[in-house]
Amino acid sequence: MIEVENLKKIYRLGSVDVPALNGVSFKIEKGEVVAIMGASGSGKSTLMNILGCLDTPTSGRYLLEGIDTSGMSDNQLAAIRNRKIGFIFQMFNLLPRATTLRNVELPLVYAGVTKDRRKRAEAALKSVGLADRMRHHPMELSGGEQQRVAIARAMVTEPSLILADEPTGNLDSHTGQDILKLLLSLNVERGLTLVIVTHDPKIAALAQRTIHLTDGVINGTNGSKPL
Amino acid sequence: MNIAQSFLESLDSLSANKLRSMLTVLGIVIGVAAVIAMLSIGQGAQHSITSQIESVGTNLVYVSPGAVHQGGVSSGAGSAGTLTMDDANALVNLPNVVAVAPEVDGRAQVTYLGQNLNTRVIGVTPDYQTLHNYTMADGEFLSQSNLVTRSSVVVLGSAVADQLFGGTAGAVGQNVRIRGQPYRVIGVLASKGGTGFLNQDDQILVPLTTAQTRLVGTSFFRGANVINSITIEADSPNTVQTVISGITDEMRIRHNTSPGTDDFTVFSQQDILGAITQVTSTLTIFLGGIAGISLLVGGIGIMNIMLTSVTERTREIGLRKAVGARRSDILVQFLVESMVLSLLGGIIGIALGWGIGQIVGLVQMGGSTITPLLTLSSILLATLFSMAVGLFFGIYPASRAARLQPVEALRYE
Repeated sequence: MIEVENLKKIYRLGSVDVPALNGVSFKIEKGEVVAIMGASGSGKSTLMNILGCLDTPTSGRYLLEGIDTSGMSDNQLAAIRNRKIGFIFQMFNLLPRATTLRNVELPLVYAGVTKDRRKRAEAALKSVGLADRMRHHPMELSGGEQQRVAIARAMVTEPSLILADEPTGNLDSHTGQDILKLLLSLNVERGLTLVIVTHDPKIAALAQRTIHLTDGVINGTNGSKPL
Repeated sequence: MNIAQSFLESLDSLSANKLRSMLTVLGIVIGVAAVIAMLSIGQGAQHSITSQIESVGTNLVYVSPGAVHQGGVSSGAGSAGTLTMDDANALVNLPNVVAVAPEVDGRAQVTYLGQNLNTRVIGVTPDYQTLHNYTMADGEFLSQSNLVTRSSVVVLGSAVADQLFGGTAGAVGQNVRIRGQPYRVIGVLASKGGTGFLNQDDQILVPLTTAQTRLVGTSFFRGANVINSITIEADSPNTVQTVISGITDEMRIRHNTSPGTDDFTVFSQQDILGAITQVTSTLTIFLGGIAGISLLVGGIGIMNIMLTSVTERTREIGLRKAVGARRSDILVQFLVESMVLSLLGGIIGIALGWGIGQIVGLVQMGGSTITPLLTLSSILLATLFSMAVGLFFGIYPASRAARLQPVEALRYE
């Protein structure tokens, strides 16, 4: 599913090269739940961005479903983000002026889907338990509900990979638990590959495998499967 | 994402910030309103002047005295008494000439009982009526026998009759005094409208011979009676040019002049029309140019707000890119937004400009009003121009939005 080989990402700050990722290699199988952990500055956000095709590595290879994404054009990357990847952010990142339904429709709009767009968005919202909130605006929803909308938006294009960046970071622990349960149930029911970036060991414990990052390199993994 | 979708989204985001959108649009509104008002007033004025000139009569060619050249000194055009009755009589025989009407004119005090006014007195021949398409409101026009007998008779313009008799009826048969001498009114002309120098109602007509002997005074040039101008009617608008060159040749032979030293001027109604059209359209273009500058300023306002909007919505752009928006999607979204803004301004501006035109149309200017003329082409021009302004000034902000890197845009606080 995901194959990363000797991934490096170096930022230039003035005349100094700052390596954010310094040779990272791992594989994630289809249907796995993997947590990426690390302190801030460890490179986990950079890794997440590269896995999400939001950013390109300085060197190394990243294969998503066997397709090499390095050297792809902006438009090709946009298409991959649109069809293969669903994002869930800490800050939910919903469009404040659009209704819940419009927010969920958005990826389908960019995918060029017109026929079943509304139906698919409604189905996605039902599956996260927000059938009665379709006409609401994000401001009218609780944090947990907003994150559910974001999950519906991530699933609506039926991607194979869901990337969640601190999905419970802005929620109280109880709501956070609910959101995690929802994400894990998606993994079980639909066989989605789930990658969660977190610094919370309790969340990481729910994953089948955890990748620990320190200073841009993997300094350990634990879980059921070896690298 | 298709254009219709972008259009709906742009309405969404513009209505989210109504006051700001309206203020931004104001620049375009004022610019377009100015353009529309200028164009409609300009075209209205041109239309009314043109139709007034055409009402004077078609196919007409005028000969007026030109400057006299003597030893390198030339007097002003029209100042010299170089046209004579002999000239007028000679022109009758030219090809394509239907009628020739020599005139003398001057101003005189006209009185009737206690009423008193100063007006233009023209000495004319009977042909004058047909040449200028006058119809009679009452009585008859001057006849050939009036001319031959130098009768003391007068035909009043409708404005003069209004002033002296309070209307066109009741004047015929009365005696008015011109420079103290009595003249019997034999007819009143129907009103032709017209304003300012084109007013053909504020005048009185007397037989040419009467005017020469009793009103204007007689002078001689090359042994013949001097007249002020000659009006010639061509048999159709197509032969006007032939008639002009025929007259010019004939007059050069008669006056023994060569091109450049002519002591007469020949011009047609088309020439006057052309000159006036040129003046008004130059004025329209000039005023339109000024209005265009305000559109430019409005466009800069749009660009300013769009740049602000791009910065404000950096996170939104990042999110859109994360869920699969391509550069072109973002570009189109912001372009459509700025075009919707400017188009909205254009539509409001057209309505406002039309309103300004109507108000100006109500104001009396020189005794008449201009009926503003809003043509489809000026509406299209204003619409296209405002859209072009939106497009032009939207390109930079939109391409900035499109170039944003998704990672940085998502991270933006």
